[in-house]
Amino acid sequence: MLPFLFRRILIALPTIVLISIFVFALQKLLPGDPLLVLAGEERDPETLALLREKYRFNDPIWMQYFAWVGNALQGDLGVSLRTNQPVTELMGQKLPVTIQLAVMSMIFALVIGIPAGILSAVKKGTATDYIANLVALSGLSIPNFWLGIMLILLVSVKWQLLPASGYVPLSEDIWQSVRTMLMPSFVLGTALAATLMRHTRSSMLSVMNADYVRTARAKGLAERVVILKHALRNALTPIVTLTALLFGELVAGAVLTEQIFTIPGFGKLIVDAVFNRDYAVVQGVVLVTAAGFIVMNLFADMMYFVLNPRLREQ
Amino acid sequence: MLNLKTAVITALLGATALTASPAFAKDLRIALQSDADVLDPDQSRTFVGRIVYASLCDKLVDITPDLEIIPQLATSWVTSDDGTSVTMQLREGVLFHDGTAFNAEAVAANIERSQTMDESRRKSELKSITSTEVTGEYEIKLNLAGPDATLLAQLADRAGMMVSPTAANAAGVDFGLNPVCSGAFSFTERVAQDKIVLTKFADYWNADEIHFDSVTFLPIPDTTVRLANLQSGDIDMLERLAATDLTQANGDDSIVVESAVSLGYQGITFNINNGEKGDNPWGNDKRLRQALSYAIDREALNQVVFEGAFAPGNQSFPSSSPWYNASLPLEGADVAKAKALLTEAGFADGIDLEVQVPNSTEPLAVMQVVQAMAAQAGINIQLTSKEFATLLADQSAGDFTASQIGWSGRVDPDGNNHSFMVEGGGLNDAKYSNPKMDELMNAARVAPTTAERKAFYDEAMVIMLDDLPRLFLYHVNWIWAYSDNMKGFTAYPDGMIRLEGVTWTE
Repeated sequence: MLPFLFRRILIALPTIVLISIFVFALQKLLPGDPLLVLAGEERDPETLALLREKYRFNDPIWMQYFAWVGNALQGDLGVSLRTNQPVTELMGQKLPVTIQLAVMSMIFALVIGIPAGILSAVKKGTATDYIANLVALSGLSIPNFWLGIMLILLVSVKWQLLPASGYVPLSEDIWQSVRTMLMPSFVLGTALAATLMRHTRSSMLSVMNADYVRTARAKGLAERVVILKHALRNALTPIVTLTALLFGELVAGAVLTEQIFTIPGFGKLIVDAVFNRDYAVVQGVVLVTAAGFIVMNLFADMMYFVLNPRLREQ
Repeated sequence: MLNLKTAVITALLGATALTASPAFAKDLRIALQSDADVLDPDQSRTFVGRIVYASLCDKLVDITPDLEIIPQLATSWVTSDDGTSVTMQLREGVLFHDGTAFNAEAVAANIERSQTMDESRRKSELKSITSTEVTGEYEIKLNLAGPDATLLAQLADRAGMMVSPTAANAAGVDFGLNPVCSGAFSFTERVAQDKIVLTKFADYWNADEIHFDSVTFLPIPDTTVRLANLQSGDIDMLERLAATDLTQANGDDSIVVESAVSLGYQGITFNINNGEKGDNPWGNDKRLRQALSYAIDREALNQVVFEGAFAPGNQSFPSSSPWYNASLPLEGADVAKAKALLTEAGFADGIDLEVQVPNSTEPLAVMQVVQAMAAQAGINIQLTSKEFATLLADQSAGDFTASQIGWSGRVDPDGNNHSFMVEGGGLNDAKYSNPKMDELMNAARVAPTTAERKAFYDEAMVIMLDDLPRLFLYHVNWIWAYSDNMKGFTAYPDGMIRLEGVTWTE
């Protein structure tokens, strides 16, 4: 397992370097001059010139890139052009928020998606299967922003059960923190649950016809044991990959949901930064989320070893 | 025993009731449309940033809802007869949040910072001040390059906000991470895109008028969600309610809606002479621009897009402004006249016009209605929607024929006109040039009395509406919605939220 892991990390490094070059180059290709926005409504030419100099906009792009990489390697991702806050500090503020949202959404997705998938595979062709499919499809097709606003209007405005939006840090008040995160993670979770449910279902269906499942049944094992211990365990491998990738996506930011529920996470950070042409923030966030994605992929690879003994022996 | 208990509770309740009303202390939660930028009055540039400053940083002078200049940190001021200096008397006993005393030295240091710091966005606003003289502990003389009628209005905004010189020296360009001013509330905490928390400043010179323990500003970009938060009680007040949400807000008994016509405008800027693209029929022939203006029914536009909540307009000031030229009133559409002008200009069969427009809901809706109205006169408008930063860059570089753009507005009429209209003006993206206009704009800047200045603007407005480098469409209304527990809020045309005298009762 170790050499395998080592190989994967070796592949991951150039990926990160390539991503950093892409991000840097792409946003310089964006139309529009960030300084025209940053200089203020009056756009005083003198101020513009001073700012251009200060943020090294006059240097050739490769010089800007190396200056940025040099600082990034020392852990300095620069300063937000908009608020003067260090990018690392901004991300430090957002990361716990995003992770909490991602974890809670994932719990919703797993708790709903996997049992529903198993159920509809086992009861294939019955009413249960159709209902589960219907629910899953609606989860996929209902837009998050619509479901979000509807939930706010119903749960917060009409019934006054949960806070409409915002964010309370876990360290401040655990109960309140979970309460404010409940609706957004439900909205995100249901959409993901649909994907998970469909994949679990098809994966289970293919396994259910396998010889060893028939053997298990022939041995006279209880149906529950056949499904949960024999079938599910083998069906899980693709689901683990999917879950890890979905989790990576969640960390990269759930822009619309964050916008509706005003959650100060990564998605909102990067979208606002793109619109404000806040280069340092865009670069920093993309770099860190890309790294996060790669780590999640590695994690998924490692999970195969845990789930599949055959791989362990190789 | 039971009776005693009841008596005690009743007494306690009675005591609470007595101490309630104005003295009731509370954390006020205000939802903003977007997150503020850097919290340094010298560096900042956003509207929402100014809303935060209204509680955080006092200014030398303030305005009334009718745009009169009134004392804040300066208690009185005298302009010399030749208009080349202003001497201000300053309020005594004022402290900055870090305990530094406010005095003439502090004012001098603030003006120097605004004028010399590399990152300062205030340089052009304070250009007329050549030097400052500390003539007493609480008296300062501002020497000017020449008469400047706009200076006091500048000092009523960010250029006049006083920051602690001690803190500013220590923090330098990073001052905005932990701003120290002398306003009613001091800075406590900021989490980007989440909240800005201010706490009541116990030593505030006007502390008796402040009835909240703290204020929290929460950026909530979605207007429906802002309103939902107010209805659920998660926030107490919101700014910029969408016109389309007015019916819902008005229908809720526990919500008060208040509005004021803004100081700015929205309109269409034409490329008159900015690079190659300025050489087109629309830039070359004012009759085409006039035709478009005649084709638009501004009142109908306001009804269709904003449910009548905004103010239709044809000048750079709203009709409610004292600077509005009443001899050029707003008129409905005159399609026949528009067609006649097109024929006269040689486009009897119609003409195309490409307008660039910011890619957000309201500007697009406005331009689609304009498009439909113009079509009736034979003007075929194509809309090119661009993200704002791109639109601005293209407009500045002259890569446009016409651009839907607005201006947030300034207290002094100069701010809505001068740099747009004079040759070489910083905001003159049309590259409009008319010596007579320059003469009037510059004269209005230095004229000593309001009446004289008004005469110059009246004359300039006649030329402006004839040449039409900017075609005005409407003026935004600032719309606030707040809980009916909040009392004493006054709507100002600058869109700020002033908390002096505002109380909370439950």
